[in-house]
Amino acid sequence: MSALTMSGDFGLEKPVDRSTTSPPVAEAVAEPAKERTMEKVATRPVAETGTPLGERLAAFGRAVLPPVLGLVVLIGLWHVATHKGGSIPGPAQVWDAAVALFSDPFYRNGPNDQGIGWNVLSSLQRVGIGFGLAALVGIPLGFMLGRFAFLSSMVNPVISLLRPVSPLAWLPIGLLVFKKADPAATWTIFICSIWPMIMNTAQGVQRVPQDYLNVARVLALSEWKIVTRILFPAVLPYMLTGIRLSIGTAWLVIVAAEMLTGGVGIGFWVWDEWNNLKVEHIIIAIFVIGVVGLILEQALILLARKLTKESS
Amino acid sequence: MEKFVQIEKVGQTFDTKKGKFVALRDIDLTIRKGEFIALIGHSGCGKSTLLNLISGLALPTTGVLLCDGREIAGPGPERAVVFQNHSLLPWLTCFENVYLAVERVFSGREGKAKLKERTAAAIGLVGLDHASSKYPHEISGGMKQRVGIARALSMEPKVLLMDEPFGALDALTRARLQDELMKICEATRATTVMVTHDVDEAVLLSDRIVMMTNGPAATIGEILEVDLPRPRQRLTLAHDPAYIDYRAAVLEFLYEKQAHVEKMAA
Repeated sequence: MSALTMSGDFGLEKPVDRSTTSPPVAEAVAEPAKERTMEKVATRPVAETGTPLGERLAAFGRAVLPPVLGLVVLIGLWHVATHKGGSIPGPAQVWDAAVALFSDPFYRNGPNDQGIGWNVLSSLQRVGIGFGLAALVGIPLGFMLGRFAFLSSMVNPVISLLRPVSPLAWLPIGLLVFKKADPAATWTIFICSIWPMIMNTAQGVQRVPQDYLNVARVLALSEWKIVTRILFPAVLPYMLTGIRLSIGTAWLVIVAAEMLTGGVGIGFWVWDEWNNLKVEHIIIAIFVIGVVGLILEQALILLARKLTKESS
Repeated sequence: MEKFVQIEKVGQTFDTKKGKFVALRDIDLTIRKGEFIALIGHSGCGKSTLLNLISGLALPTTGVLLCDGREIAGPGPERAVVFQNHSLLPWLTCFENVYLAVERVFSGREGKAKLKERTAAAIGLVGLDHASSKYPHEISGGMKQRVGIARALSMEPKVLLMDEPFGALDALTRARLQDELMKICEATRATTVMVTHDVDEAVLLSDRIVMMTNGPAATIGEILEVDLPRPRQRLTLAHDPAYIDYRAAVLEFLYEKQAHVEKMAA
């Protein structure tokens, strides 16, 4: 539930100082999650301390009931829409197929027929590599763009031009350069993850309070100390926001990229099951992709909360 | 009398969208070693600008500033600043905030144990031993400002510069910190320049009060020698005729001599 509201927040971003950056840049720059998580920490204990059992149950109900109801309504609608038969399987059929599928998620029958576990893992591996490389390049680049105005006005138009391009448009270039499907898919992940990382890091660096920089000047701190003690901690919440946006996009893009490149991966698996006309498996894949995306997002929110708590 | 900080024919002009803005002109001031100077004036009179010039955070358009015989060409730890809004780094504990300064100044000569000892001593000086391992957001505004003072003092600066250090605090906390500051300055014989808009604070703490005319193109209007014996007690001073006269002199400058200029400017 909270993941749903979190991702919902990105649609309703607060207008953050749009004057300081060109409009396309500002779109992907969300406020760091810090304030939000702080609110949560502050409001949570109310229901848990020393209140009577009835009230606690009621609070629990208020927290759990709506999401459960939402899922029930979804499955109910799905059932109603499919119970007369047709090409889309109903919830019961999908459930049976899922039980069979998850009873052996890690089998291997040759390169094109592997368990769903392997498919998810190889997708995650591609996302991990592409995303990791993007972080290695994007975060230092973001620091430099935030630090040097000239560089920033030099590179910003290029970023504005390239950012709206669907990462899949880069896939043929990847295929051409790497001559193989696998690195080409990783390459598309790299491309789509790098923009939010660059922009949020740069934004964070630009917003380091002047007071802290004055402290650095009065103490005459070395450049290394300035980076480790002042810039990095001040930029961290922004960086984590960039990382969260990146990984969300990367997980969206990998499915499409794998449909095009083939091999092993959840996207390829969806396409393969479509060719086999196993529609139950496609629906299962949709749920699996959703759950993995949710877990990735939640893990990063947890990480952000832990790190910013330490540094705030 | 030892000339310690010399400000000679200093002026500061800013380039704005509407053209040049003269903030300060013709500032001449010599500060003795161990002296406590208060800079007072209406808001916008350039007193913070003058402090920034002494700290080296800004450089003058004309004239020259010297500290201990050397030209001030930039900020440095021998001129420590206590900022108006404390400016502690929120991701470091009070101890680590002070340690950052201590480490910078003394790590070349002293071992880690000695550096920690210095840090603890500075925190002890402002009476915050118990809050040493707390983060800035866990302590009150007055305590944060004390950590800021500890950080500045820990560097054993030649000059201590304070920009309305108690401006954001309530009256009771402010009085307590003023008393503490007086004790610290007497103990360390620190040369101090403090920007303030509080007349009582200025008279209580200073050896000399530098009163600035209203901006734009502000300059030094009058300098008042405060010849009250130390240690000073705020309660006894409240009835001291000399104290009352000094206070009246500053008020007169601010609200009679400089008041009409403000009206004209407005």
